[in-house]
Amino acid sequence: MPKDGGIGASSKRREDVRFLTGAGNYTDDINLRGQAYVHFLRSDIAHGTITNIDTAAASAMPGVVRIFTGADFQAVGGLPCGWQITDRFGEAMKEPRHPVLADGKVRHVGEPICAVVADTLEQARDAAEAIVVDIDELPAVVDMAKALTADSPKVHDDLSDNMCYDWGFVEENKEAVEEAFRNAAHVTTCELTNNRLVANPMEPRVALGDYDRSSDNSTLYTTSQNPHVIRLLMGAFVLGIPEHKLRVVAPDVGGGFGTKIFHYAEEALCTFAAKALNRPVKWTSTRSEAFVSDAHGRDHVTTIELALDADNNFTAVRTSTLANMGAYLSTFAPSVPTWLHGTLMAGNYKTPLVYVNVRAVFTNTVPVDAYRGAGRPEATFQLERVIDKAARELGVDPIALRRQNFVSEFPYQTPVAVAYDSGDFHRLMDKLEAQADFEGFAARRAKSEAEGKLRGLGINCFIEACGIAPSNLVGQLGARAGLYESATVRVNATGGLVVMTGSHSHGQGHETAFPQVIAEMIGIDESMIEIVHGDTANTPMGMGTYGSRSIAVGGSAMVRATEKIINKAKKIAAHLMEASESDIELKDGAFSVAGTDKSVAWGDVTLAAYVPHNYPLEDIEPGLEETAFYDPSNFTYPAGAYACEVEVDKETGAVTIAKFTTADDFGNVINPMIVDGQVHGGLVQGIGQALMENAAYDENGQLLSASYMDYAMPRASDVPMFTVDHSNGTPCTHNPLGVKGCGEAGAIGSPPTVVNAVVDALQSGGHKVDHVDMPVSPARVWAAMQG
Amino acid sequence: MYNFEFVKPATLADAVAALSGEDAQALGGGQTLIPTLKQRLNQPGTLVSLLSIPEMVGVCKTDDGALSVGGATTHATVSAEAAVDFPGLAGLASHIGDPAVRNRGTIGGSLANNDPAACYPAAALGTGATIVTNAREIAADDYFQGMFATALEEGEVITEVRFPVPEVSNYQKFVQPASRFALVGVFVAKYADGVRVAVTGASEEGVFRWSEAEAALSAIFSVDALAGLSVPADGMIGDLHGTPAYRAHLVAVMTRRAVAAAA
Repeated sequence: MPKDGGIGASSKRREDVRFLTGAGNYTDDINLRGQAYVHFLRSDIAHGTITNIDTAAASAMPGVVRIFTGADFQAVGGLPCGWQITDRFGEAMKEPRHPVLADGKVRHVGEPICAVVADTLEQARDAAEAIVVDIDELPAVVDMAKALTADSPKVHDDLSDNMCYDWGFVEENKEAVEEAFRNAAHVTTCELTNNRLVANPMEPRVALGDYDRSSDNSTLYTTSQNPHVIRLLMGAFVLGIPEHKLRVVAPDVGGGFGTKIFHYAEEALCTFAAKALNRPVKWTSTRSEAFVSDAHGRDHVTTIELALDADNNFTAVRTSTLANMGAYLSTFAPSVPTWLHGTLMAGNYKTPLVYVNVRAVFTNTVPVDAYRGAGRPEATFQLERVIDKAARELGVDPIALRRQNFVSEFPYQTPVAVAYDSGDFHRLMDKLEAQADFEGFAARRAKSEAEGKLRGLGINCFIEACGIAPSNLVGQLGARAGLYESATVRVNATGGLVVMTGSHSHGQGHETAFPQVIAEMIGIDESMIEIVHGDTANTPMGMGTYGSRSIAVGGSAMVRATEKIINKAKKIAAHLMEASESDIELKDGAFSVAGTDKSVAWGDVTLAAYVPHNYPLEDIEPGLEETAFYDPSNFTYPAGAYACEVEVDKETGAVTIAKFTTADDFGNVINPMIVDGQVHGGLVQGIGQALMENAAYDENGQLLSASYMDYAMPRASDVPMFTVDHSNGTPCTHNPLGVKGCGEAGAIGSPPTVVNAVVDALQSGGHKVDHVDMPVSPARVWAAMQG
Repeated sequence: MYNFEFVKPATLADAVAALSGEDAQALGGGQTLIPTLKQRLNQPGTLVSLLSIPEMVGVCKTDDGALSVGGATTHATVSAEAAVDFPGLAGLASHIGDPAVRNRGTIGGSLANNDPAACYPAAALGTGATIVTNAREIAADDYFQGMFATALEEGEVITEVRFPVPEVSNYQKFVQPASRFALVGVFVAKYADGVRVAVTGASEEGVFRWSEAEAALSAIFSVDALAGLSVPADGMIGDLHGTPAYRAHLVAVMTRRAVAAAA
């Protein structure tokens, strides 16, 4: 019997009322009196030296307020990087200056050179066309391997070369890993590319800067997943505005997928310009700008090797990856190919030895940073591809090979730093096998064959590190910030609650799911609880939403704050009923004295807290409001087992997803319907990466897929109905809700599942194909079939 | 978008007069032109909308049995109103773009633009249609002159497209996954006096007739008649979505499928 409220209930998403009726309040919906508009003149060449910028004619054009150039930002900081990597040799990564506006050179197509502020957007665009920018074009470097050669153009003249860092993990194991490979009975090698992606949230980025001269306060309205982080980064490191004089508001945000984590030049420009001009300044990205200014995702080139002994036990994994940083380091870029990637290379398996080498490379391309899954999809893709290939080479069942090597006892200390607290990979695979109807596959394959299609079955297992993150641990790993989360729970006199959370919702459904937790804890209706988020002026310092962390970290902070509320309320209830505090029980929204029929309602206690006529004022303060900060002791480790069946058109190479089945372990689940939706969305994005999406550059640094005419986003008709399961997960052992997070799983688990299925289909047709790079487009599959 | 004047004449004569003005440009459904205006890639002085001219809208049979489609008729209207008389054409129209595109875009706009990956040029060339303008009638074989190039003179307006209705016909489109334009689209039409095969999306020269296939199918209208036939990869488009060899391969595949569907 499904619950109708509280934890485990599929409560309808209350935020959807405004989203579906056009009543949302997105950043672009905010317009301030006297607002000016900014248009960015962006570089249309990938690499060059700026020899002259002439804004004289443009400045005289109608409506133009001011034209900013790099020269205006000499005195302020560059955009900061929030994570420092130490390389194999103990050296800090190279960290070139990342100017707000191009400073002497342009390094990628889309880099802002001038910001034209005018009374109207069209006036700003007109003026931008009158600016004369002379650029001496330099050879661009796009290919990572070429960028590391001695005669490559240098993206940053002040650096010795284009390598940001050369990272080894676990460096101490390098020799032992090599020894294991020397002793291996079988070695399988896979060379693969994890394709560059553009996140494409439905809402493009927007920034609106405001300044109040009377108070010297600045406000930035922005499309961010983490307004406090933007306030800290922009205030402290770029513009020199102390946090108490700077407010950052991220109202309704229409999807983030990682690309709205980062601090961007446009945010700093609008905040800076508003103060300089004493006037609100607004920028709204066009879709075309988004393609060349939103941080991209993925873009790894990897060689992975798997060593097995004579009994098919995995004995070692060794990888070598080139990771594209783009032209500058975006906010968390260096962490993605390292700590969010290397630490997952054990996967679901008890491989005792792992060595991961990552060389991060600067190129004349848009910066690359976290995108849904961030590092973990890259790890899963290569590991599950090489395991699948090994099974085929050895002639063993791919499920049996995985099962044989599963970690089966928890907690489990991996050889790559992280320790899995809970999980049950065999049970996940059992559930997958039960749901995916593997017995019926042969018949389905025969039916496809009769229709001229090759049918393939792909399997994949994965584990992710979510609930980011234990601050002391990530501090040791180079994070320049803590990764706790906060919540203030404010109870009103009449019993309703407002939760001010540092988590940010941009599609996740926090406004629905978070109240379910408190409703369960207190025993009141969800409608009595309201969630406030996204405004540094009225929420405690929070680190925001990414890495599937909101319910695991933000939810835990909310639980801790609510526990404080309940403890205090029990004291008040004890006083009202003249009982001992230790005898007070809270159930179904009422406090009772154990063993008696004495009881006071939740509302009686909350009223007493604010109207303290009969109140233990000598012992406790009036009021009922508590704040908690929660810093997790470990990551959480969601895991899954996925199966995909594809049909490949023998004549055209077109791949159709015929069936997709998931078994996920998210620990405890707060709202199964919302979790279903998160899995569906992740699957579609992962299938998009596997089959369609491709941010491709030509050798001159021009983005070939810079619009929806060439960048293929998955549509509803490109995916089948999904069969998803996340029941009976193994609870996380170290957070109060036992939750693990569900936001990224689908995007992590699906790409290798799809590619494994395509390879299976092609091999079933007699094609000697053991890999097809993503996106597995019809043209690539057809070419692979030609041999 | 730059500023421009906008007129919406109610007669063809007024439209032609308006188009004779300096920097005037015809506007059909705007499915290509409006995005280019928004990107400031085009700066017309006056846009002359062709959507309010009654004689340019609608689908009807002519006395000699051809299907006449007004130049300002939307794809959605063709899809609905040609379904009985010319299902091959209706099927093509029903798969252009998405519902929003089909309810704005017009046949005249598509043919005047002559995008090398558009669908309608395949139908026009594949049927030997007559492109009727305010000034003359142009045979499809003379009309298409390469990518985005046509026989239209400056200010000339497509008022009507007259399709000889084939005995059977079919259009098969292999979509480019991002734009859903034709990566390769093939229109096959069988008439009493022979078969026509027109290919869009594939060639650097724009829509073209595959005469070898036409000859084979005119002899025997069956998939088997196409066995061993192929177009050379030379001259085919190569881009992110497919090599010339892949497009050449798809021409043969889509032709076979069109014949199978039509037969």
